[in-house]
Amino acid sequence: MDKLLDFLTRNQNFVLADGAMGTMLHAAGLTSGGAPEEWNVERPDVIKGIHQAYVDAGSQIITANTFGGNRFRLMLHNNESRVRELNLAAARIAREVADTAPREVLVAGDVGPSGEILFPLGTRQPEEVRDAFAEQAAALAEGGVDFFLIETMSALEEVTAAVEGIKSASDLPIAATMTFDTHFRTMMGVKPAQAVNALYDLGIVVMGANCGNGPDEIERIVTDLAAAKPANVYLIAQSNAGLPKWKDKQVYYDGSPEVMADYALKMRALGVNVLGACCGSTPEHIRAMREALGL
Amino acid sequence: MTETRFADLPAELQEHYLNMQDDLYDGAKDEVVEATRQALEWGQGPGAILAHGLVAGMDIVGKDFGAGILFVPEVLRAANAMKAAMEILRPLLTETGVPKIGTAVIGTVKGDIHDIGKNLVAMMWEGAGFEVRNLGINVDADKFLAALRETNADILGMSALLTTTMPYMATVIERLTEEGLRDRITVLVGGAPLNPAFAEDIGADHYCKDAAEAVDTARKVMQLRGGARG
Ligand code: B12
Repeated sequence: MDKLLDFLTRNQNFVLADGAMGTMLHAAGLTSGGAPEEWNVERPDVIKGIHQAYVDAGSQIITANTFGGNRFRLMLHNNESRVRELNLAAARIAREVADTAPREVLVAGDVGPSGEILFPLGTRQPEEVRDAFAEQAAALAEGGVDFFLIETMSALEEVTAAVEGIKSASDLPIAATMTFDTHFRTMMGVKPAQAVNALYDLGIVVMGANCGNGPDEIERIVTDLAAAKPANVYLIAQSNAGLPKWKDKQVYYDGSPEVMADYALKMRALGVNVLGACCGSTPEHIRAMREALGL
Repeated sequence: MTETRFADLPAELQEHYLNMQDDLYDGAKDEVVEATRQALEWGQGPGAILAHGLVAGMDIVGKDFGAGILFVPEVLRAANAMKAAMEILRPLLTETGVPKIGTAVIGTVKGDIHDIGKNLVAMMWEGAGFEVRNLGINVDADKFLAALRETNADILGMSALLTTTMPYMATVIERLTEEGLRDRITVLVGGAPLNPAFAEDIGADHYCKDAAEAVDTARKVMQLRGGARG
């Protein structure tokens, strides 16, 4: 049995994942437009501290700092030749924290979008994107992640390329989420039920929704996912902590830990199996969620 | 630059433009290009074709995108069709002596790769008679400053679609001030997560919610600047 499904089974099909990485990095001084992945090498202490804070708050899954770790996203920071280095470093830091945790904690290798629009709508060939994901996945696997978490996807073509690329590089389990942030669809227009069918056809059985427009919208989306999913599919929900607001020259998210605690209870009631949070959330939010859930 | 008002056009032309808008809406690039050629053959000026066919069509696309009727693939197809038509109109706009009304530099700020809206604004500014230097995506302060100096620009347009990148606009404006360029340049900002309060907060001159407003504002800016100079 695969490691992720096994982990879920041993935990009565309900585990708590972590919250935002980017939000924590910006709070720690990452500048606007800066490259989070560089900190895996330059400020490993900060990354380790964030993982540790999530573990202390109750996270049973921590997500390596590799959301923008594919060559296309790293290219924005002239780091395209550092894919292996930055992903390997990130996986190792998370691995170390997980291995010294007081309970079993899995490490997810984070695989975010390439930012490219695939041909024919855009100009990028699917093979190029698939290769980029394979390259990233190989480094994450080498660094010791337990499974891959494809996140925040909006185009089915790109999820397909990601799954194919990862599979060509590693046999580890793959989970995937898409972001339904545009009138309850992804920005490319994909509906929740459509996503379920497409992901399932790709062999993904741990899937769901992340990011988006806060807990209220996620509730409706997860309801749709739950209605559409085959019986053997496990659901993931990772909502943003509310909506972004601008105040005193910085961005903050308006969802308090209490709001997220309420969200946690609703998600469990809807049948979610892997529960976490996204932009704007902190270890404080995860702690409030754990306490509300009585874990 | 004043084109004939749509309502004052002969019925056949009105119908031609309405069909062109439909084709644009459907992202039918070849048809839009063909309709552009046809209108030119009938003696329509490039400014009129841009306004009544392309810009009017894009307005509908933008509205339906906002309403959740269209999604990004449709917007991209429409934008590609407009771009193809612009390839034909651009040289004509220059040579028919639509007078240059000013120079603008535009780009999406560092860390941000969203460029659909920014490119629309760039195309529409061009259509309105601006010389536009489009710096693309992921543009840092150095690159903005270099282009502003090189072109001796009147207007700087910055676009950001992410809450994590919009603060970078403040960084660019600070650099303008530091290097003594701030007073010479009017700063316009846009992008979905922005609002007028944010623009004011970072010291930009104007926020524009869409491309139509971007054109109006840029025109007004040039009138004011012209007034001040003259
Ligand atoms: C298309 C899109 C993408 C495409 C971009 C393709 C491209 N080449 O541009 C892709 C798929 C690549 C993409 C990627 C991402 N995206 Co995106 N994307 C969008 C989407 C759906 C539409 C943006 C768009 O093109 N709108 C259509 C154009 C016509 O409108 P517009 O950009 O607002 O521009 C108009 C006005 O704002 C104004 N304007 C714009 N710029 C300027 C500049 C000036 C000077 C002026 C005067 C006016 C002006 O005029 C324009 C024309 O009318 C928005 C959602 C939304 N509804 O806005 C999300 C959105 C912007 N994306 C979002 C996110 C999170 C991302 C990703 C981080 C996803 C990910 N997890 O990787 C990445 C970002 C990568 C990066 N580093 O930039 C979030 C941002 C959340 C936030 N507030 O921070 C949004 C809001 C979706 C959401 N609700 O969560 N995205």
